[in-house]
Amino acid sequence: MTEKKEVISIFVDNQANVLSRVVSLFGRRGFNIDSLTVSATNNPAISRITIAFTGNDQALNQIITQTEKLEVVKEIFTLEKEDSVYRELLLIKIRSNKSNRTALREVVEIFRGKIIDLSKESVVVEMTGAPEKIDGFMNMVSCYEIIEMCRTGVTGIKRGLATPECCQEGHEIYSGDLFD
Amino acid sequence: MKLTGSEIVAEVLLEQEVDTVFGYPGGTILNIYDTLYHYQDRIKHILTSHEQHAAHAADGYARATGKTGVVFATSGPGATNLVTGIATAFMDSIPMVAITCNVPDTLIGRDAFQEICITGITMPITKHNYFVNRIEDLADAIRNAFRIAQSGRKGPVLVDITKDVTAAIMEHEKKEPLTVTPMPKADIEDIKKIAEMINKAERPIAYFGGGVAASSASEELAELLQKADMPGTYTMMAAGVLSYDDKKNLGLIGMHGSVASNRAVDKADFVLALGTRFSDRVALNVSKFAKNATIVQIDIDRSEINKNVQVDLSIVSDVKDALEKLIPLVEEVDRSQWIDKMQEWKKVRGDKKEGEAPLRPVDIVTAACDLTDKETIYVTDVGQHQMWAAQYLKHKNTRSFVTSGGLGTMGFGYGAAVGAQIGCPQKRVIHFTGDGSFHMNLTEACTAISNNLPIITIIMNNSVLGMVYQWQTTFYGKRYSSTTPERKTDFVKVIEGFGGKGYRATTPEEFGAAFKEALKADGPVWIDCVISREERVLPMIPNGGTVNDMIVG
Repeated sequence: MTEKKEVISIFVDNQANVLSRVVSLFGRRGFNIDSLTVSATNNPAISRITIAFTGNDQALNQIITQTEKLEVVKEIFTLEKEDSVYRELLLIKIRSNKSNRTALREVVEIFRGKIIDLSKESVVVEMTGAPEKIDGFMNMVSCYEIIEMCRTGVTGIKRGLATPECCQEGHEIYSGDLFD
Repeated sequence: MKLTGSEIVAEVLLEQEVDTVFGYPGGTILNIYDTLYHYQDRIKHILTSHEQHAAHAADGYARATGKTGVVFATSGPGATNLVTGIATAFMDSIPMVAITCNVPDTLIGRDAFQEICITGITMPITKHNYFVNRIEDLADAIRNAFRIAQSGRKGPVLVDITKDVTAAIMEHEKKEPLTVTPMPKADIEDIKKIAEMINKAERPIAYFGGGVAASSASEELAELLQKADMPGTYTMMAAGVLSYDDKKNLGLIGMHGSVASNRAVDKADFVLALGTRFSDRVALNVSKFAKNATIVQIDIDRSEINKNVQVDLSIVSDVKDALEKLIPLVEEVDRSQWIDKMQEWKKVRGDKKEGEAPLRPVDIVTAACDLTDKETIYVTDVGQHQMWAAQYLKHKNTRSFVTSGGLGTMGFGYGAAVGAQIGCPQKRVIHFTGDGSFHMNLTEACTAISNNLPIITIIMNNSVLGMVYQWQTTFYGKRYSSTTPERKTDFVKVIEGFGGKGYRATTPEEFGAAFKEALKADGPVWIDCVISREERVLPMIPNGGTVNDMIVG
């Protein structure tokens, strides 16, 4: 069976130990996680875990069916590429001085990134985008000396009005200012 | 009414109609044990000699009765001693609630005396677990534990309570037990497709497992096999689901399954898998399992579909519901040619080879069966004796064979026998063990003595660790690394030391006489049966093999 990359959304109770329940299940079933992000949702009782994973259809089916058995899991589904948007954040520190700074800046601008810190010998670039875009940028800056970097891993959401049931009206929806 | 946390534990157990718990006291669970003292007229506590066996006892109780087994343990080593017992129940989908106590909340995370994170340790071997450090959460955690244990695919749940919660006081209100999550029902359109497949099949076979026992569907299964003139084969977890003398019953499948079962699955053109998971002891070679057949799987657990073997059609459903819908749609077809073939294969058995000793395992199992009634519960440890029991017992009833299937836990037997006997006092409990397994748990004799339990233990004593010894003989050039322990244990004297009765048997006659005496006793009896170390569990298909690799004699 062919391997492919999938992104899965898992809605879980917002409680202590929930992340380790999910992650330990992946570990003991032998599923390798490419990346994992966790955040609160508009429902304070529910957290959202986004897992990117590479595997075949059988493994994907097992991941979903084994994970949905956990008592803390409220909903789980794959975020299909066609009807979802994925984003990832990159922070990267590159050695850069007067002689190559302009060229580097051009590359950052083309990829619509931002230089958020500058020193005589380095720049820190912030970039968000689909994982492929981040990969493309990484490829372009591979000729520079990368001092350090971090990527958040994929987070994603479905396009349109599709809403996870556990975050729909009727469930306790967070009504505070989301931009605090 | 205002109650302490410990009293809330007791009251919620009563809500759940629990009247028996197994366990062992200790520092952090003392408040609960003090409360049990006041509830002893309503909740019976069975003190075992070790927490592992308390967990096995709760498990054996659950397997024999169908109810949820309950076990108590204190923090730290008490809780960790439960782990093997909980894992055993998890692997075989047995409903159990384990209640442990932990150090007071103020000491949590400080490596206090006898502190351990048992919720972290048991996360992979429970359906769910709770850490309760607020009395407000206590009652609901226990109520939910019982709901989860019995819902869908059953299994163990652990509730860990800090000691201060057991002493805290709050208002408590009695509630009805939570509704068990409804079982998924079979879609009728899918059932119609399966019925059509069965009707068209020339060589169909049903392969069934513990899910049939868990959903109490043995009558429906027998009816289907009868109507469709279809043979059936089972995993160890389903021993007894189909009566031994049913002509459609081919016996055990898999590594030590019958020739008839393994050949039939190999030749079948249709396999109906019911409440079973194609484990590696059954589908030893996944790609060649039932290679000529269309395979249909009915299971309550969606994650079991296509997990080990890819099937052609599946239904996520309670087996009983699916069978009830399926039976009326199945045509009465005469498949006597196929069934007759089975009877021919049934004659090929691996049990006729003479060992060195005059007392053969087959004689022991057969005699024990013939001398007891059909309601008897047989409990085993793990090893050769377990396979002989699974192969030769004349099972008649669901819940009559209590054995550790998935985890294969040596030392499971005596604790489980205690639990089964406590749960079914009106039935006779026979415990089969080997000298290897029994050395792991024979201390439970004190529990059987204290509670006057008439458990008959039959020790298949070949002075070696038999199953591993057999593998070393066949696959490791007879290099018997650590399987010939040369122990000098005199089992007759040991049980007498505990306060019970013991016999030794070296011939079928001696065994018969000892067994008849044992049946008259009102406390535990051990019969030390001297068998040859050359006895083999046969037939056998080696790991990864197929029916063509079967060793018959």
